[in-house]
Amino acid sequence: MKPNLSRQRSSSVCIAALLAASGCATTENNPQDPFEGFNRAMFAVNEGLDKVAIKPVAQGYDAVTPLPVKVAVGNFFGNIWDTWTALNNLLQGKGGDALSDVGRVLINSTVGIGGVFDVAGEMGLTKHSEEFGQTLGKWGVGDGPYFYWPLIGPRTTRDTFGWMVDTYYDPVWRVDNIPLRNSLVSLRYVDLRASVLPTDKVIEEAAFDKYTYIRDAYLQHRRNEIFDGDPPRIPVDY
Amino acid sequence: MKSLLSLLFGLLLLCGSAIAEERSPDALVRQVTDDVLTIVRQDKDIQSGDTRKAIALVDTKVLPYFDFQRMTALAVGRNWGKATPEQKKRLTEEFKKLLVRTYSNALTSYKDQTISYKPSKMEPGETDVVVKTEVVQPGSKPVQLNYALEKHADGWKVYDVIVAGVSLVTNYRSSFSQEVRDKGIDGLIQMLGDRNKQLEK
Repeated sequence: MKPNLSRQRSSSVCIAALLAASGCATTENNPQDPFEGFNRAMFAVNEGLDKVAIKPVAQGYDAVTPLPVKVAVGNFFGNIWDTWTALNNLLQGKGGDALSDVGRVLINSTVGIGGVFDVAGEMGLTKHSEEFGQTLGKWGVGDGPYFYWPLIGPRTTRDTFGWMVDTYYDPVWRVDNIPLRNSLVSLRYVDLRASVLPTDKVIEEAAFDKYTYIRDAYLQHRRNEIFDGDPPRIPVDY
Repeated sequence: MKSLLSLLFGLLLLCGSAIAEERSPDALVRQVTDDVLTIVRQDKDIQSGDTRKAIALVDTKVLPYFDFQRMTALAVGRNWGKATPEQKKRLTEEFKKLLVRTYSNALTSYKDQTISYKPSKMEPGETDVVVKTEVVQPGSKPVQLNYALEKHADGWKVYDVIVAGVSLVTNYRSSFSQEVRDKGIDGLIQMLGDRNKQLEK
């Protein structure tokens, strides 16, 4: 009986904390961000993690890795992802793009030596960026409330679900050899973090409230991606 | 025959000068970008992070083609109408400083990217267009870099810069309106001024 009670208590504490957190949000004003209190807390956790662990590792990686190697790493993981891009383009009814993506994977996996060189890109087969969240968006699924997750970062509700499907599919996560899988996942993560190092300073200087700046940028960016880089222009109001 | 030729020649000249005055927004963006990148490619100081030098470059090459009053109005949103002319002036000055700084900083992280220009569809007589470009860099997907321009009496002026779908101007809306709600327009001027002072150090 006793452990049960304490579990109950801890879960009610959790709920209370969540309520308090979302209570803070009522003073804020972005209708897309009803859980702002919770999100800000997670944002703070992530900023802390980034500062003490992720960013230093990414900086180290960035400093010791020559540019051609970084390009090769980016291409390698990009090539694996292109298969998923192709499938998502197909699901979105963009057969031509899907075909081009399949062509990219075939060419880069062979002539591009396992995806290390983006030969197809140089031949004019442009890389697309698609995942399941965008597919859902194309199908008309709305954004839903905005979330900020630890390690994963900003995602709308739809894109959180999309991310779960992406990860389920993700060939890198499906590698059987666990140590190899973990190394690959980590390398990909660090390489991604390193690639956005130059924007850190810009955001640091430009943003008054980093949380809001990143949230609003993410929401604008997603809208742009769902419309494949050509979103209808929002009429300006003064 | 001769007179016909000279007439044609004269017409050509006329058209030529008309084109020079009415430079298309595409041509404007392309020329300014080329001018700036030519300098950055040769300037080791800017490449190694000399923001001051980058700002000087942006001041002379880019600023004349930007409409900062419009940009500030866009960023401030609804509250812009409530500001006095003096407040508008000061807001514009401070926001301009901040944007120039951000833009210049982005220049100092230039490595070996190139810009590709997308064809833009423009109807004749249009006064508001988006010029699309892409920043191409080895090993990653090209990043969209778009400019929104409006036609003025003295030529086209940029009023928004959109990177990967994110407007560098409207992205300030939430934090600006929050500040105006808490501390009024003067509070916003103060906030911008403080940040600029802090960055100058």
